[in-house]
Amino acid sequence: MILAEVTHVDPWIAVCSLITVVITVGMGFWSAGKSKSAGDFFVAGRSVSVGWNASAISGEYLSAASFMGVAGMVMATGYDALWYPVCYACGYLFLLLFIAGPLRRFGAYTIPDFAEGRYDSPIFRKIAVCFVLFIGFFYTMPQMKGAGTTLAYIFPGLPYWVGVAVVGAVITLNVSLGGMKGITLVQAFQYWLKVFAITLPIFILASIVGHYEQHLDANKTGFETAAPNASQVERKVLPAKAPKDEQWIAPFGKLTTKAVDASIAAAPTPEAKATIEANKKPYSLLYTYSLIIALVCGTAGLPHILVRFYTNPDGVAAKRTTMWVMILIGVFYVFPPVYGVIGRSLTPELYDAVGAKGTDKVVLELPTLLAGKNHALLGSILSGITCAGAFAAFMSTFSGLLVSMTGALAHDVYGRMLKPDSTPEQRLTAFKWAAVLIGAVAIGLGTQVEALEINFMVGQAFAIAAASYFPLLFMSVWWRGMTMKGAATGMLVGGLSALVAISLTSISDVANAAAKKLPAGDLAAYWADHPISKCIADYWVSHPLARILCEQPAIWAVPLSITLMIVVSKLTARQIPADIRMKMLVLHAPEALGLKQEYIKEQEGLGH
Amino acid sequence: MSSDPINTDGFLARLMRDQLKLSITCALFFVTALIALPLLNYFQPEWMAQRVAGFTLTWLILGVLFFPFVWIISFIFIKKSIALENAEAAAAKDSQKK
Repeated sequence: MILAEVTHVDPWIAVCSLITVVITVGMGFWSAGKSKSAGDFFVAGRSVSVGWNASAISGEYLSAASFMGVAGMVMATGYDALWYPVCYACGYLFLLLFIAGPLRRFGAYTIPDFAEGRYDSPIFRKIAVCFVLFIGFFYTMPQMKGAGTTLAYIFPGLPYWVGVAVVGAVITLNVSLGGMKGITLVQAFQYWLKVFAITLPIFILASIVGHYEQHLDANKTGFETAAPNASQVERKVLPAKAPKDEQWIAPFGKLTTKAVDASIAAAPTPEAKATIEANKKPYSLLYTYSLIIALVCGTAGLPHILVRFYTNPDGVAAKRTTMWVMILIGVFYVFPPVYGVIGRSLTPELYDAVGAKGTDKVVLELPTLLAGKNHALLGSILSGITCAGAFAAFMSTFSGLLVSMTGALAHDVYGRMLKPDSTPEQRLTAFKWAAVLIGAVAIGLGTQVEALEINFMVGQAFAIAAASYFPLLFMSVWWRGMTMKGAATGMLVGGLSALVAISLTSISDVANAAAKKLPAGDLAAYWADHPISKCIADYWVSHPLARILCEQPAIWAVPLSITLMIVVSKLTARQIPADIRMKMLVLHAPEALGLKQEYIKEQEGLGH
Repeated sequence: MSSDPINTDGFLARLMRDQLKLSITCALFFVTALIALPLLNYFQPEWMAQRVAGFTLTWLILGVLFFPFVWIISFIFIKKSIALENAEAAAAKDSQKK
């Protein structure tokens, strides 16, 4: 019945995508035979080489948001969206400077392990586990949207939710079979596939339709009377919905001024409009800074990335790995904006579409333009390659998330809370069932978010991580005076207030989308009619500053979290762990001194 | 353990101070750039919008040049931090022998 609606499938695109899926699943099965112990499942036996690990971290990190979302967002909003790839890549520097080395030396499986080990507190472990799951689900939703969008693109007419369900099921199967060791190999492979898939098509395309700078040059800035290079490249007429050139190419454009524009449009009198207009630029500066803080601190706090540092053999390797990750992802991130820029010139019709058919699919759509330039076969092949890259993108990130969330559930909830005396075999079984459970929940959530932009959703996951994990890790590593109560209060209040603020804006966005008759699911339709959501939406229109601070909460939530940690720790200073000096030595002393070994023996029983 | 010169507050304090100093110095370069770029965009929009090889200046900085800038910082940090660790380890072992 569903298949009957599917028309005109390009065989090249379908074949390339299928090959990616088959290789991914095949590698998962192959390595499943090699993953034996619980250690293999959770941290890949802690012995992954720098090259493999750097490729695997990069492969895991470059998600659907990076592959499709950044390009789509650059096309939709212009310059401001460049902060996303830059901060995604540069946030790693923070991780390297302050967190990667100490965390690795401490030697624990997961963030909850660290939380418990640092504060000798089983309760804190439980709190940390809940947060791993929270942030993880926020980050799986955009991956699921990427899956739905791509499958709907490959099989025109296929409903969005089918794509979400199919891809989610395949990856869940893969993770439950191979665990961490399985996905290390798969993700390393997928990094190189993604780089290949984003670079090759754009080089060929640019050599035919014009280069990055030529297309950028065709957009006129607010200080030019005409674009310097309007005649050298082909440009289609922009629809009314597309942002104007001078807004698009300049900072403080549509992304950061959306809230203010909405309230200007709703203002009753010209005087009121002028008052709000005066605030437009300062507010967008505020938005920019808050976004930067969220992305930079959030990178340093994403649980599925952090868990990978434990797979390095030692702290020096952890640092070298981070260096390579930064180079690998930096090279990648130069390219998605190129798609956005060229897409603005050549596929402006995407501005008019919404949901899975909007600008988020520009990476997939652009190569097919070659068909109209007498390169029909080449266009299909290149489009097939970008589809394969998109598959690799959401599959690898989703598997990484699934492993860290499943790890939290199986290792922490089952292995340490529910059944501390369980055998390794029982824990492996628990890992597999936990993967299935979390996979199912992620699919369910993924079907509800078609209306939201991929990249926007990822930014929100980062903001929550920035306000909870980043302060926790940073302060625990560098301040001896932290107590468990201080750490827990700061992390919970910071993270939850960011979560609430973000949910308030997302809810009215999803409801808005439903009101415009978008296929955003039943939940959204219900919300659109709900008086609470209407009330919230009205509030946003009349209070643009509040809306900005809730949409991008990092600028207040991160300081709030750190302040709370300091204040509460000072108040409960008597509860500083007794062996704090030893703990700090383990975090900071060079591994050549051999302190870690001693510590690990004391804390043994972490799942072997 | 108590007679071990490594397990003293003095050693730990020095260790953390040296490491934090290195990390913060490196972070300052990076944070300065992150703060300065939006400010330049805000106060000098016309200058930042000038064309450099087809890009606007600000687009070129953010979309291309920022990445190598961060690589340089991290390369320097890793070199210095590994050297620092080796020096610390050697010093600690020396004092243990005495």
